[in-house]
Amino acid sequence: MGLNAEIILQAALDRVAGGWQAEAVFTNHDLSLTRFAGSRIHQNVSQTDATVRLRVERDGQTGVASTNRLDSDGLDDLARRAAAIGQKAAPNPDAAPLAGPPAEAVHSRIGWEASTAAADPVQRAEGARAVIAAGSQHGLEVSGAFSTESMHLAVANSRGLMSSHQGTTAKLLTVMMDGKGSSGYAQATSPDIDEIDAAAVGAEAAERGARSAGATDLEPGEYPVVLSEYAMHVVLEYLAEIAFSGLALLEGRSCMPLGERVMGDTVTIWDDGRDPSGLPAAIDFEGVAKQRVMLVEEGIGRGVVHDSVTAKRAGTTSTGHGLPAPNIWGPVAWNLFMAPGTTPRSELVAGMERGVLVTRFWYLSVVHSKRGLLTGMTKDGTFWVENGQIVRPIRNLRWTQSIPEAFSRISALSNTSQLILADYSGIAARVPAARIDSWNFTGATVAETDR
Amino acid sequence: MSGEVIERALDAAMGGGASYADVRTSEKRIESLSVKDGTLQGAESDLTAGFGVRVLVDGRWGFAASANSDPSDAEQAALRAVAIARASAIGGGSPVILDDTPPERGTYQTPFVEDPFAVSLDDKLRLLFDVDAEMGRVAGLTTRHATYGAVSEHKVFASSAGAHLEQDLVECGAGFTVTAVNDDEAQERTYPALGGQMVTGGFEAVRALDLVVHAQEISEQAVALLEAPQCPSGEMTVIIDSSQMALQVHESCGHPIELDRVLGMEASFAGTSFLTTDNLGVLQYGSSVVNIDADATAPGGLGTFGWDDEGVPAQNVPIVSAGRFVGYLTSRETAPIVGRQSMGSSRAGSWRQIPLIRMTNVNLRPGSAGSLEDLIADTDDGILLATNRSWSIDDRRLNFQFGTQIGWLIKDGRRAGMVRNPTYTGITPRFWGSCDAICGPSEWTLWGVPNCGKGEPMQTAHVGHGAAPARFRNVQVGVGRWG
Repeated sequence: MGLNAEIILQAALDRVAGGWQAEAVFTNHDLSLTRFAGSRIHQNVSQTDATVRLRVERDGQTGVASTNRLDSDGLDDLARRAAAIGQKAAPNPDAAPLAGPPAEAVHSRIGWEASTAAADPVQRAEGARAVIAAGSQHGLEVSGAFSTESMHLAVANSRGLMSSHQGTTAKLLTVMMDGKGSSGYAQATSPDIDEIDAAAVGAEAAERGARSAGATDLEPGEYPVVLSEYAMHVVLEYLAEIAFSGLALLEGRSCMPLGERVMGDTVTIWDDGRDPSGLPAAIDFEGVAKQRVMLVEEGIGRGVVHDSVTAKRAGTTSTGHGLPAPNIWGPVAWNLFMAPGTTPRSELVAGMERGVLVTRFWYLSVVHSKRGLLTGMTKDGTFWVENGQIVRPIRNLRWTQSIPEAFSRISALSNTSQLILADYSGIAARVPAARIDSWNFTGATVAETDR
Repeated sequence: MSGEVIERALDAAMGGGASYADVRTSEKRIESLSVKDGTLQGAESDLTAGFGVRVLVDGRWGFAASANSDPSDAEQAALRAVAIARASAIGGGSPVILDDTPPERGTYQTPFVEDPFAVSLDDKLRLLFDVDAEMGRVAGLTTRHATYGAVSEHKVFASSAGAHLEQDLVECGAGFTVTAVNDDEAQERTYPALGGQMVTGGFEAVRALDLVVHAQEISEQAVALLEAPQCPSGEMTVIIDSSQMALQVHESCGHPIELDRVLGMEASFAGTSFLTTDNLGVLQYGSSVVNIDADATAPGGLGTFGWDDEGVPAQNVPIVSAGRFVGYLTSRETAPIVGRQSMGSSRAGSWRQIPLIRMTNVNLRPGSAGSLEDLIADTDDGILLATNRSWSIDDRRLNFQFGTQIGWLIKDGRRAGMVRNPTYTGITPRFWGSCDAICGPSEWTLWGVPNCGKGEPMQTAHVGHGAAPARFRNVQVGVGRWG
């Protein structure tokens, strides 16, 4: 798309008069997605949209407006609406301050790959076909999605800040089922579509799907577990909300007090938006450059991420994790990393006398934020392990578990890690697999005929 | 968006080889206000406009969307959709066949008394600050937060079959949240439901919420929960309040009746369904007092409209009749697979997205158990659970666990005391089979759910659920370790 973000942002700022300070945020997403189910492509879409969000501020009064009409009339209307709201707004002494210009302007393309930006529907369809072929060999119904996205975020304000980041994401995921209860899952995510091996993704899910056929019940209770990278990722996704947010800490609902031991000493977690081994995003929506933030260091709560509002309240500086300001959600750790351990991945299961191997967690919910208590289901390949061997697939289980407690009982972490992108939140994390001494399974899935 | 955009897109799509094409244009305006802890936290006006072109080429779907309103962009988008549809053939499989819904022409306008966008900003902010002041009278709160939102959308649907439909939809709503925190607990209360209440209609619906009247009582409950006893564990009789029943209907009925899920089309993301097609008309989903319908014509519902995004008129269809499962939510592509015509529940989250099967207003019909107080009086031993706090359900929509913000034990037909952190869990048909009483029409509320996620790329739908308080026997309550 031929839009010049800097010109559009400046045009928006130029329309703000009357002594207002202003911040303009430009976002442009070009997203294409090929979706398959029943072993055929059933949805195939392409969308492009660019938006400018204008925040004006004067003596504590703030007004915000956004538009995707980026012509002259659209920007005129944008500035008029923002100022009209600002003039009526009650002053807020705690309003988010506009970020000052950094010593060195950030214009990042870390994680932008031409291969992904140029991907076409034929390339995605061929990837889908490879996955479908892998599942069909095992008689499995194949579903999934292959997406490619180019994202451009640029922020400018009347204090002279002008920052930008451009990135790309390619993601291929699949679920394969036999219609009688078996299910397998695999996902590959990278800034570079050429790094996505569709056949390997298909083979991984097919192997799991075939192996999970004929699952039987397991009585709920506390069992040792091996959590695959997919399961570990979604746990970190929820810790971002209840442990790593500066707002959760300030409001007293965090499960992670700083300076105290909250997890086992093998657990080290940080956020780094500039690490190319993740899905980089070098700036936040306030234009602030992302800092690397140590969150948990050898089990000790070390830090939280901040935006300009929470930083001001906490008497510190923004770490570059702000959503478009103002907002009710607070800062978000989008680019998480968990340090791998020393155990070869294959030995996680081999080292478990008896317990449950979990491929994936599903539909988590926060039961009690201060206790770090979550509930969810297992999904897409759950297995019973005895003497270090998978002995049978088991039906999915419900669990209700405090994550700080569980992460205090990690007995081994794989010496490898995998980059995974969340389905709902968009949080990316590079995580290892883990063996945990105890996990509280609180319910079983029964067949629908069992009433 | 001009009519020329629609004409040029349809012409280009059909000229490019499509056997069917439709175009949706949309201009949506959103206003949101937020007062937190005595200060205006956010005041925002958003505008988004664009169009999407959906085509069938050789029985394969293609879709392209653009914000650019120049007619030449419409042609480009249409041709892009055609190219995408041709690529869809690479995956193989059987071609799409649509039902024979006749094309319609017409207009629809959400009925309202007071246009929310005509109400002054001063009046709206005054309401939120008044609510905040009432909450602020209660000592011991950690945060207090009042919100308001309104949406207006003008959208046009036109198809190569001759449909042309214009709709103007208006939504608005409000609510408040308070939290109270101590060393061990973080308790939250919201009114009138988690996230407030949102309807199709005018500002009169916001005034009717009486937010200020309820602010003090709800705030006091949040503080009291800090010292309330932990909810007990075990099998109990539960009475579930109206707003939590809406969530229960949403998760355990609304989603599993989506026929695209049933057919596996959402398997990789939203999941599948236990309500497979062999169960239609056969399965006893719940007890005989359970009646559920999908009513896109219900006044005020967030799932109320004139036509869905495939041009099918809004309808009211039975889903569960006297406990028996009898109907699905369908689209023009999926309905023929079960021998039916689309009942009009295919909707897109925005102009950027394709229509998917979404809930309309999936409503639990009121029963004959009178008022909530009547139902409590009729219960010897149990627990009343109110206002959603957490929700989780498996991919087939069988195994659920929900938490509510507050509970009250019931002894000998009376509330015997507040409990904190209540949770309950169950298996969907077994749970609905244990329903033995539903309150009457006076307790029935049509709740708005504006955050229903589904599809890839994920879409957010606005849907509705009418419900009255209901009673269930032998439900597992108090899940997990709370020592």
